[in-house]
Amino acid sequence: MSQLLDRLNFFQPRELDRFADGHGRTTNENRDWEDTYRNRWRHDKVVRSTHGVNCTGSCSWKIYVKSGIVTWETQQTDYPRTRPDLPDHEPRGCARGASYSWYLYSANRVKTPLVRGRLLKAWRRMRATMSPVAAWKALQEDPVLRESYVKTRGKGGFVRAGWDEVTEIIAAANAYTVKTWGPDRVFGFSPIPAMSMVSYAAGSRYLSLLGGVCMSFYDWYCDLPPSSPMTWGEQTDVPESADWYNAGFLLLWGSNVPQTRTPDAHFYTEARYRGTKSAVISPDYSEAAKFADIWLNPKQGTDSALALAMGHVILREFHLDRQVPYFEDYTRKYSDFPMLVKLEERDGRLIPGRFLRADDLSGKLGEKNNAQWKTVAWDSASNGLVAPNGSIGYRWGEGGEWNLEERARGRDTELKISFILEEDHDDVVGVDFPYFGGQATGNFVKCDHPDVLTKNVPVKKIRVGRREILVATVFDLLCANYGLDRGLGGDWVASDYGQDIPFTPAWAEKITGVSAERIATVAREFALNAEKTEGRSMVILGAGLNHWYHMDMNYRGIINMLVMCGCVGKSGGGWSHYVGQEKLRPQTGWQPLAFALDWNRPPRHMNSTSAWYAHTDQWRYEQVSAGEILSPTAPEGDWDASLIDYNIRAERMGWLPSAPQLKTNPLEVAKAAKKAGKDIPEYVAEQLKSGELEMSCEDPDAPENWPRNLFVWRSNLLGSSGKGHEYFLKHLLGTDHGVMGKDLGEEGGQMPKEAKWHDEAPRGKLDLLVTIDFRMSTTAVYSDIVLPTASWYEKDDLNTSDMHPFIHPLQAAVDPAYESRSDWEIFKAIARKFSEVAPEILGVETDIVQLPLLHDTPMEVAQDTVRDWKKGECELIPGKTAPNYIAVERDYPNLYKKFTSVGPLLDKLGNGGKGINWNTEAEVEHLRALNGAVRDEGLAQGRPKLETAIDAAEMILMLAPETNGEVAVKAWKELEKATGREHAHLAAVKEDEKIRFRDIAAQPRKIISSPTWSGIESEKVCYNAGYTNVHELIPWRTLTGRQQLYQDHLWMRAFGEGFCTWRPPVDLKTIEGKVSESGPHVVLNFITPHQKWGIHSTYSDNLLMLTLNRGGPVVWLSEDDAKTAGIVDNDWVEVYNSNGALTARAVVSQRMKPGTLYMYHAQEKIVNTPGSEKTGLRGGIHNSVTRATLKPTHMIGGYAQQSYGFNYYGTVGSNRDEFVILRKMNKVDWLDQPAKTEA
Amino acid sequence: MNEFFFGTYPYIALAVLAVGSIARYERDPFTWKSSSSQLLRRRQLIVGSVLFHLGVLVIFFGHLFGLLIPLRIYEAIGITPEVKTVMAASAGGVAGIIAIVGALMLAHRRLVDPRVRATSSFWDTAILLLLIAQLALGLISVPVSLASIDEGEVVKFMAWAFGIFTLDPKAASYLEHVPLIFKLHIFLGLTIFLIFPFTRLVHMLSAPVRFLWRPGWQIVRTRRKKGARQTS
Repeated sequence: MSQLLDRLNFFQPRELDRFADGHGRTTNENRDWEDTYRNRWRHDKVVRSTHGVNCTGSCSWKIYVKSGIVTWETQQTDYPRTRPDLPDHEPRGCARGASYSWYLYSANRVKTPLVRGRLLKAWRRMRATMSPVAAWKALQEDPVLRESYVKTRGKGGFVRAGWDEVTEIIAAANAYTVKTWGPDRVFGFSPIPAMSMVSYAAGSRYLSLLGGVCMSFYDWYCDLPPSSPMTWGEQTDVPESADWYNAGFLLLWGSNVPQTRTPDAHFYTEARYRGTKSAVISPDYSEAAKFADIWLNPKQGTDSALALAMGHVILREFHLDRQVPYFEDYTRKYSDFPMLVKLEERDGRLIPGRFLRADDLSGKLGEKNNAQWKTVAWDSASNGLVAPNGSIGYRWGEGGEWNLEERARGRDTELKISFILEEDHDDVVGVDFPYFGGQATGNFVKCDHPDVLTKNVPVKKIRVGRREILVATVFDLLCANYGLDRGLGGDWVASDYGQDIPFTPAWAEKITGVSAERIATVAREFALNAEKTEGRSMVILGAGLNHWYHMDMNYRGIINMLVMCGCVGKSGGGWSHYVGQEKLRPQTGWQPLAFALDWNRPPRHMNSTSAWYAHTDQWRYEQVSAGEILSPTAPEGDWDASLIDYNIRAERMGWLPSAPQLKTNPLEVAKAAKKAGKDIPEYVAEQLKSGELEMSCEDPDAPENWPRNLFVWRSNLLGSSGKGHEYFLKHLLGTDHGVMGKDLGEEGGQMPKEAKWHDEAPRGKLDLLVTIDFRMSTTAVYSDIVLPTASWYEKDDLNTSDMHPFIHPLQAAVDPAYESRSDWEIFKAIARKFSEVAPEILGVETDIVQLPLLHDTPMEVAQDTVRDWKKGECELIPGKTAPNYIAVERDYPNLYKKFTSVGPLLDKLGNGGKGINWNTEAEVEHLRALNGAVRDEGLAQGRPKLETAIDAAEMILMLAPETNGEVAVKAWKELEKATGREHAHLAAVKEDEKIRFRDIAAQPRKIISSPTWSGIESEKVCYNAGYTNVHELIPWRTLTGRQQLYQDHLWMRAFGEGFCTWRPPVDLKTIEGKVSESGPHVVLNFITPHQKWGIHSTYSDNLLMLTLNRGGPVVWLSEDDAKTAGIVDNDWVEVYNSNGALTARAVVSQRMKPGTLYMYHAQEKIVNTPGSEKTGLRGGIHNSVTRATLKPTHMIGGYAQQSYGFNYYGTVGSNRDEFVILRKMNKVDWLDQPAKTEA
Repeated sequence: MNEFFFGTYPYIALAVLAVGSIARYERDPFTWKSSSSQLLRRRQLIVGSVLFHLGVLVIFFGHLFGLLIPLRIYEAIGITPEVKTVMAASAGGVAGIIAIVGALMLAHRRLVDPRVRATSSFWDTAILLLLIAQLALGLISVPVSLASIDEGEVVKFMAWAFGIFTLDPKAASYLEHVPLIFKLHIFLGLTIFLIFPFTRLVHMLSAPVRFLWRPGWQIVRTRRKKGARQTS
């Protein structure tokens, strides 16, 4: 009753009882205070949701709601159990997720639609007298008005607006852009569908119906390892984290599991208790290092040297001096080791050339179909050449022999891996291998070996007609490449680890700083474990290796080790690349929803790296020329071109996609074709050849080719992933920027040959930048319109990961706060508005979509040789020597109706993915029964409804084999047609299982085995990549059908990467002669690993996380470097090069290796960041000092596994080769004075 | 004037002290605490705090017994006012110096350490400065009282204090002619009583002294009667 009076009870006995010999007492003290704590944790309901952040964690959470307010969250603990002898998945979660509810009601929340004040003012003025599209047109065509808001991007000045008004602006802008420039000038960027599939699909569905461009992310983030498609024909497929527990040897290589894979780290700990040995390779003393039995700390960026030396040891001790039967057997069946490579002559010397194909032989080994795509090996059973089953030639145009059975033309084979025995080889010849270690940038070690190393290789001579061809096995060439002495004499091979010959351990010691002895020890133990356990050696690797320009070398070096030891596809073994791929498990069910494949095909996809490189004009500043990275053994050719030129050639030959595609509006091209009475592909080909039509890529700076509208949702493009941040600001946005370098025109340098040069670079290409976010991120700050979206506790959606096999939901625990709406509702509203506004200028139109030669389609065997139609090397045949051009009907007035219903193409064309296609009529029917049919009259009448986000989720779940057992069985049966083997047993036990949204709301569900993925879901093994290749004999989707360690494409050979080799980081030339520092400073290699207090930029502005660290941007450096630059811990420092500058506090730590500067990536410039002295602008982010640099080998297309796929193959945005100047700041200016310019 | 400061003001101060403390205890029980800043910076706190509390406790009880135990009792045990003055001045002087050294350390820490300073409320800093001022006044008054040992000032203070608690209407008049320094000291003391409920000083009333002699290591609290639990 009263706090005080209740305690005034002196006449009551205080003590009621004693026990435990007087040590314990029972009292009747007042207990009312306890209610406070009881009420603190009392709640009305608990709702299951998760954090739709770009994190592979994918942890299910309990969201507590009290009086309509989300109060806190705790981890869910109800994941389905694993099996006896294996730890369970829970607990999953980390401090970042546990702090999320802070965001919902914080000041950082975007609460209402916001529009740049000047834009809204101008719009309202125009709109007072004009229709929406006319108003936008008037606004855009007045250069002064346009510039008035474009130039103020990032400088505040937002005002509130209503939903109706903002959606009208956006719809009018989109309609105007479609009509004026073409639908492919409307871009949308959103990453990682797996984190919230429906939210991604909302925007991409709208764009795909519009004809807009969906931009990729995985390659742009540089999380895509191109080595994976190269080796396996697979984007990325990895073991789930539970499989770590099955490993006998865990090698953590550049991955900081406890810090960046926090929810999974318990499996690492548990594996250690089980007795798994672990080595950690990390330049810094990372959190993972404390788990290690042995810690190797190579110099950053030298991982491929280390991996090559380890491979040298493994080959020497397990393949040459002693042959491990398991390894031999595995590599014969599952790798390209036995495949034959032609040795080609160049200037009288021999270099490894193309794989020998059936086509090269007289009689073609009897192969009539795709003989040029069937690789050849030596069969000891028949003592002759065979084209073994499983190569890509068997995949298309025939069926039943695309498998890994040891057979060829119906006969059993026994392939030879090596011709080393006297009786097997006809000759021993010197073969040239390129060596790139002679040059190195910054403080990396240079070696004094020549740039071409000739090594002896045993060869067979094959007579074709009157010619004689020399061939060697991949294995024999690989051994030569690794510098192993096999008693064949010659130079550059070593019999002793101590010899300084590439790639011995002693050689690697010089480059990496790790002692030869430790390298050999780790390699030996890794392989020995694999031998004893039949492949249970695993490498966990990540961004630390993959973000270098030559990331393929780092990765292929490691992949080679795994293949040599038979670890891939083996439970507890293999390649665990956990960077940003966040596996979209029900991918094939999601694609029709996301890309509106139910209404029209194909969608427009673009690889972001090439797009941003062109559209932010980073190419105008390119300092790296192809000549610098070309191999000294490159075949003859026109290699001397700029990187952008290579990209243009790739787009022209149909290798890479384009956006925009043609300089002329495709709607106009289609009209012209109709007028001319010609087929669209024929017309476009003609016009392209005559030069009447131009591809946009050839002139990125022409106003016709600018991206005009950009949607950014579920993403922080400018605050996190935008390599070359300052270039984005300068050219794409047209606002204040920190670029300090000059472009090639001003500075001189190798000018592009194919890209048209404008002396004056455009500034402010975008007409409209719309960001959809729940918090005011850096991207939001720079936008023209910011739309408030529902947080992860306020919307219904789906979530999966590669780290565990479950699918589980995001759910609306409460309604979206303030005026926010879910992404689904936002795009629905834009679509509705668009359908209202567009008829002013748009009706039913024909669009022309340019489609590159796609992987997993027959187009992947389009180009076995490189020929450029523009140079007259071949005819222009759309879909063969050039991209395909496909007519797509756009019914703009009905866009909203299409958006909100499931279209008829699924019934007609079926559904599928990764090269298989199945009938899906039954699923559409089920969906109609489940979601209900559209009643409104019009083209969608009777179609299944897609009104709510849950309807959309049900569409995904219904169509995907992973969540619908019936579909899974269908899909496996389709695959059987290609492989000629029985696979349906993998899903048969789950045929009756259909996972619905309400099921996963009750409990996360384990998905169903599907041919989309290379692992299986079973009660016996954990999910592990490559499992079905090894155990079901399904070929890898590569040229040879096997794990391919040799890459024979012309461009791969030209750039010296046929085999894995050591390539030092490239010199990006951003300091010398460009920026200088007179005071105390130090020049360091700039590395941006993942952080501890955020998931990318999310949480980095969260008060709870800020409180746990220094509360603002920091950079880490070693004590030695700090001393050189006169910096002490916590000093404000400035970091810069010609790309721009950033400010941060210094963390001086013994953890760091001298020569390196760490800046945890994506610490935004919106919290506690002062102005830079160099640029006079606020801070800069980690990407202010970086710039993307393309690598030609990533552009290859139309060539088996090296064919384009969205987020699958293509150029990647590397950023680790960068050097920066670090110095202490003289004056810390918070830029908190009012701006001097007029408001 | 004299009447107000030493006749009326004491009642105002004591009334606010009593009512204010009860009100705060009732309404805001979770603010009833010492607000320790030890987590933010331990250095300087421990030494400063121990010195300060030691000195202040001696002074507090010195004043309590010195002012409120009737003169008769002192006389009965043979302590003359002169002797009492010397005792009070010496013990109070030593304790005062200890306390003020501690308080200055605490004040320095509170004002200089950026984190402690940022988390201090107005009253956290104000009460510390007031206590230092009061300790300084007390220390200055020591030589004054020793110098005027013959004038029986100590008796006047005792009479006044006694008068206040016995509702003697003449109480203020006892202080009419004492030196200014004593008047200031008493006024400031009363002011500290006045603001007491609004500061962290309230922790005096809840100091967990009983833990020193609470027996038993395992304390079991009985189940509450049905319906006694608050639900809001």
